[in-house]
Parts: sequence; C-alpha cells; structure tokens
Amino acid sequence: MKSQFSMIKQSFKFFLLPVALLASGLLMSHCNISSNDGELSEKNLKSETIVTGLTMPWAMAFLPDGRVLVTERGGKLRIVKGGTLDPQEITGIPKVYYRGQGGLLDVVLHPNYKENGWIYISYSSPKQEGEAGDDNGANTALMRAKLDGHQLTNIEHLYKASPNVKGGVHFGGKILFDNKGYVFLSLGERGQKENSQNLSKAQGKMVRLHEDGKIPNDNPFVKTKDALPEIWSYGHRNPQGLVMHPTTGTIWAHEHGPQGGDELNIVEKGKNYGWPLITYGIDYDNSIISDKTEAPGMEQPVIYWKPSIAPCGMTFVNSPKFKEWNGDLLVGSLKFMNLEHLTIKGNKVVKKEVIFDKIGRVRDVKQGPDGNIYVVVENTGSIVKISPKA
Amino acid sequence: MKLLTFIGCGLAYAAIFSLNAQDNLTQSIERGKELYMESCVTCHLANGQGLKGTFPPLAKSDFLLKYPEKSIHSIKFGMNGKVVVNGVTYNNAMPPSGFADDEIADVMNYIRNSFGNKNMQLVTEKMVAAVKEK
Repeated sequence: MKSQFSMIKQSFKFFLLPVALLASGLLMSHCNISSNDGELSEKNLKSETIVTGLTMPWAMAFLPDGRVLVTERGGKLRIVKGGTLDPQEITGIPKVYYRGQGGLLDVVLHPNYKENGWIYISYSSPKQEGEAGDDNGANTALMRAKLDGHQLTNIEHLYKASPNVKGGVHFGGKILFDNKGYVFLSLGERGQKENSQNLSKAQGKMVRLHEDGKIPNDNPFVKTKDALPEIWSYGHRNPQGLVMHPTTGTIWAHEHGPQGGDELNIVEKGKNYGWPLITYGIDYDNSIISDKTEAPGMEQPVIYWKPSIAPCGMTFVNSPKFKEWNGDLLVGSLKFMNLEHLTIKGNKVVKKEVIFDKIGRVRDVKQGPDGNIYVVVENTGSIVKISPKA
Repeated sequence: MKLLTFIGCGLAYAAIFSLNAQDNLTQSIERGKELYMESCVTCHLANGQGLKGTFPPLAKSDFLLKYPEKSIHSIKFGMNGKVVVNGVTYNNAMPPSGFADDEIADVMNYIRNSFGNKNMQLVTEKMVAAVKEK
C-alpha cells in the first residue's frame, strides 16, 4: 500500500506534474490569446529606427510635405527628409544657453501651418541687455519664424520668461496650441523652487499667449496686483510634457519632481499645482521639502511616479492604427529609457505599463500624420517609429 | 649659516606652496560642489551613491578613481552605453554637462574628494582642456 502510494507520488512527480504544467500552460496561453482579442500590447507592435546621426535631439515636428523638423539641444534645427538627415542645418536660430538641461528645446507648427507657415520654437535664452536677473543667466524664450529653404525668415521673438537665472536646470520649454487660438508654454522654476509660488516671477508656471505673443486679457491674473499677466497656472517644478486631449480639449502636463515626486496634472486656469508647498517627493539629498502632500487650494496630481521616471515628451493616442489605445497617454522616461503606456478613463489613470524598455533616453513622443508613433531618443541621436506589426 | 638660511627658506617656500595648492584644491572643491548640486545630483544623488543598475555610483567608484581622463571625457562630452563600475554593469547615457573646462576641473575635484573619496592631486583646467573628444 505504502509503496503503491509512493509510486503514485513518484509518477506524479515525473509524469503527471509535467503533464499538469503543460496542460495549464496550454490553457494559460489559450487564455492569453482570447484575452488579447481586442487588446493591443507591445507584442503586436514593432519599432524601427528611421533616422540616426542627430546630436542630442530634443523635439520634432512633422511638416505637411513629409519632412520632419528636429531640434538639437546644442542649438541646431535640422531637417529629416525621407529617412535621411539633411547635413545642412537651418540658419536663423538665436544663440542658446547650452548648459546643463538648457539649449534649443521644442519645435511646434501652428495649427494652420499650411496657410501661414509659422513655426514656433522654444529655447534657453541667455540674458540680454536690459533684462532682469543674473548676469550670465538665462531663461526660456518663445519665438516664431517661417522656413525658406534652409533659412528661418520673418523671425519674431514672442516671449521671454523673467527673470534670468544662472544655472542649468529646469527650463520646461514645451509648446502647445489649444483649439481656441492660444499658445501655451511650460516654464521650469530654474532651480529656485520658492519662486513657483511667486506670481511676480515666471518660474514654475504655465503661460498662455495669443499666437502673436500678445497676452490675452482673460488670463487669470491679469488684474492681480504684482502678478505677471501671462500666467495661466502656477506651482509647477519642471514640466516637459504638455498635450491636449483629442476629444475633451483638456490640457495634460507632466513634470519632473524631486525624488519620487514626478507628476501628471490636468492644467486648468488659475490653479496652483503646489510645488514646493506640497509634494510626494523628497529632495535629492534625501531632505524633506515639505511634510505635506496635499493642502486646500492646491491641486492633486492625476498620478505621481515613485520612483521618479524623469518624464519627458508625451502624446495622446488618437489613431486608427492603435484603436484600443485611443485616448491613452504615452509618456517618455529619460531615467529608465522606456515608454509608459497610461490607460486613461475620464480624468484617471487606470493602468500603467512599460513598453519598449531600453529604447533610450526619450525626449519627445509624437503621433505622426500617418497615425504611427514617433519617439525622439537623445542618447542614440535617433528617431524611432512604432507601428502595428503587419 | 648660509646653508641653514637656504634650507629654511626652501622649507618655508615649500610649506607656502603646498598650503597654496591645498587652498586651491579646497576652493575648487567648494565651487565644484555647487555645480554638482546643480547638474549631477539628480542622477548620482547627494551622497554619490547613484542608483544601482541605473546610474553608477561616484562614491568609492573604481571607474572614477582609476580613469580620471575617462571621467573628464564623460562630463565634457557625455557618455553612452555599457560601463562597469564596482563590478556592476550600467547601460545608460549621460548627456554632456555644457560646463566650461575650469568648471569641469572643479566638479572633478569635488567628486574625487567627496562621498568617502580622497585625492589630493588637483585636477586643473589645463588637464581638462587636454581631453579631446574620442
């Protein structure tokens, strides 16, 4: 009896167990197949490097003729045509403050580019004579120009954040057009966190301008004493992701926080996003910045990242090629060199997943006119195309 | 007597010279700390520990201590791809700092004399200027 039992046990070990494992494995893989019906994942996608040879690219914009404009942080604007980087740079870019995180930053086309030809460019602008702030300092500026061959023409300097600050951190620099004719620019606090709460300084703010740089008279602080009229929202640290929801028109931004305090926010008129009075993170020397994570009159993030991912670049998916992801966000990570796919339901993130791990230091993520996703990778100097496998 | 004066003067000179050198190093380290806190701290952290597997440590880092030229090169021109530090492989990227040569010397002096590291030999602007992009 005993030996029979042990034989069964033995045979279970050597025969039944593997069979059971195999069966459950098959079952599981079947489940996977069925649960994957209608569920898009990295497995169904492919990535191809379509351009290389860029030096620290930061952002890209798709021209209607199929060419792509790319900024290089060192101060060059480049053209990519048919997968080839044009060796001739575009002239007319002003001198940039190339230090730390500073340099030539975003490039975005006017929504009616086909009619008016305006290209909007942000950059770290060194202090000019007569400007406020530190000597040898800098702050983020916005300009627009038209492209004629390899030359920028009709250059207009629309805005410069004040004051100039010495030091190479937190320039923000993301440009966004809403669908009402306004242009938004994200501004980092330039390493002076207390100024994010100071409405007389442009540090740590989102600003909202007319497309010609004039300040809209319905901005929230136009009538507030000592406040800068360009401010739309405040209490930001270093926002480098700025997008508009394709159907609701709400504006979403992510920002680099301190350790464990990167945030995704829905940006609304006049609101205070709390930096540095409330934060989920701690400083890089492990010191406490604030013991509060929430406070009355200050907005909570949609999510925060702990550990920090160093988010840069972001796009809403709105493409027939990624149907199941439509309305979701793709966020780049400098630190972990991957993309995060955030499933969005209403104003909430209901799921987070890492895709294309080790793609590189992601600077920009955009959906192209062809409905595919394009990723600007800083350290490899390349643009990567992500599309469904055939 | 002449000989004694000579030796005395020599000693005094050497003492002043070495004091000066130490002073230079101390001041460079101070300037370097400010730059470190500006640009390096977010990845390598204030204690130089980095993040194991993602950002290499500077504290007791064999790479930093053994290869000062390579370290200067990485601050000056950035760094990309695999590097083994204290037996752990890192495959990440560091952008160039945009610092001037004298500032890179200051940062080098700070990181070589912080987080438990010690190296009295001053890294100079000239040494940084001599490191060319590879």
